[in-house]
Amino acid sequence: MASIGKLNRHQARTAYLFITPTMLLFLAFTIVPVVMALYLSFTNYDVVSRMDFVGIDNYKRLIDDALFWQTFKNVCYYAVIFIPLNILISLLLALLLNFKRFGVKLFRTMNYLPTLTSAVAAATVWIWLLHPEFGLINNLLSYFGVIGPAWLAQTETAMFSIIMVTLWQSVGSNMVIYIAGLQGVPDYLYESAKLDGATALDRFRYITWPQLRPTTFLVSTMSIIGALQLFDQAFVLTQGGPGNVTKTPVYLIYQQGFNQLQMGYASAQAFILAIAILIFSFINMRATKSEESIV
Amino acid sequence: MTTYSVQKALTTVLFYVVTITISVAMFLPFFWSLITSFKPSDDIFSMPIKWIPTKLTLEHYRSAFTTVPFGLYFWNSFVLAAAGVLANLFFGSISGYAFAKLNFRLNKPLFRILLAAMMIPGIVTMIPSFYVLKHFPLIGGNDLLGAGGNGFLNSFWGIILPGASGSFAVFFMRQFFLTLPSDMMEMARIEGCKEFRIFWNIYLPLTKPALATLSIFTFQAGWNSFLWPMIILNDPEKATIQMGLQAFSYNHQTDFGPMMAGALIAVLPILVMFLLLQKYFVQGIAFSGVKG
Repeated sequence: MASIGKLNRHQARTAYLFITPTMLLFLAFTIVPVVMALYLSFTNYDVVSRMDFVGIDNYKRLIDDALFWQTFKNVCYYAVIFIPLNILISLLLALLLNFKRFGVKLFRTMNYLPTLTSAVAAATVWIWLLHPEFGLINNLLSYFGVIGPAWLAQTETAMFSIIMVTLWQSVGSNMVIYIAGLQGVPDYLYESAKLDGATALDRFRYITWPQLRPTTFLVSTMSIIGALQLFDQAFVLTQGGPGNVTKTPVYLIYQQGFNQLQMGYASAQAFILAIAILIFSFINMRATKSEESIV
Repeated sequence: MTTYSVQKALTTVLFYVVTITISVAMFLPFFWSLITSFKPSDDIFSMPIKWIPTKLTLEHYRSAFTTVPFGLYFWNSFVLAAAGVLANLFFGSISGYAFAKLNFRLNKPLFRILLAAMMIPGIVTMIPSFYVLKHFPLIGGNDLLGAGGNGFLNSFWGIILPGASGSFAVFFMRQFFLTLPSDMMEMARIEGCKEFRIFWNIYLPLTKPALATLSIFTFQAGWNSFLWPMIILNDPEKATIQMGLQAFSYNHQTDFGPMMAGALIAVLPILVMFLLLQKYFVQGIAFSGVKG
């Protein structure tokens, strides 16, 4: 018995030694920052000199900050269109490319390639694709006799362009996750349903979709967290314009904090955004009613 | 019988028409930027579209590297991404091993906290992390209390350290170590093997597929990151390829040839890596996405 106790103690010592670097980094760059985020949001920290406690002044100021709420509205508009489309398109792609047919691997790769590109590189390419006169999109539209808009420069189409670019970039990886999910659905469910005379649509509605719930939960949660933090594409494609219609909360926080050095105020904005992300994730959790936890 | 086979042939045709249309549409932006980057400047703005350039030229690639120090940006990004990979592989696997294979009282609670942290959106820690890096004690001219200097700002460490041991790396490696049997460990202990050697010489070599997948994920994340390097690095000599590319599209609004050349160069390393390690990559996504 004594030697087992000794072995356990030895094991525990080794284990603590092994996780120490990770835990120190985790403490310095996650735990401390999370606690500090809350504290900073009650100060007027400006990098240079000040860091006085100002109570809820930042939050009071937020309530009347029209630009802040505008960025929120922008990103909600983006999320409401982007997330369902993202799920729908990647699921349809997965259903299509889950067939075992000649060339399917190649098609999967072609659909997956956009996810490998960086947001900046993708946006750069799309600036050219969406060029009002010489861009590919408007040229293709002109074959059908449609005169395309100045995509990135018009208030009506700017956000739509960003949705298009981010969809192009993200459906591939979600498709792969859905394909993996589809392959986890047991075959006997389909076979017995076929025996009962269920149509393809029935089989999707009563077997595939419910079985994919954990996958949908994963995909939608990641989409929500990602969508509400939209920045890179908005920064490169439109610089938040025209007329702030594509300015997002992260963009505003970046400008407020790192250009105007109002870090205390920016922290308050970040905190409100984080709470919003939490609320949306929670609603999503209830909506997809996933019984098993994913992480 | 014949109606059945006709129906089957029709679905096959439909399948290929739909898939090929979608796949080509998804691939079109790559193709379009590729031909743009090789077109002579006159062809770029010719109407109607010239799908096949009159002649191929490398002029845009040359100007991409001469108008901005693109080679330097490429190197900076490479160093940052490679450092991120090495750090995550080592710290992620050693911690993952401890959480999967060793008994200690705080195993479960600490792991749960790490996992919960994966849900925290990056924007929350952005400003405080900046503060922590700026006021890191005894670094970059700072005193013991973290005052006076600039800490890790404007240094590559400011990028490397916060991402050196991500929760995801630990989680991912732990899941993989869990699938390995524990009796090898006990055998080695009886033989008198030291704990670090058990990890390093026995278990780590068995996780090669997981390490390969994690390398690709980490490299891609490091190579593609934009906002954080933009915040930390002010010195133009230290700019990354994403920052360079962005500046490029902003300052040279009409030079679409060099812009497309630059964008393709920025995507190339990831693309090559993906094509080489495709098998691991898809496995890894399936693994991390579903098994959870």
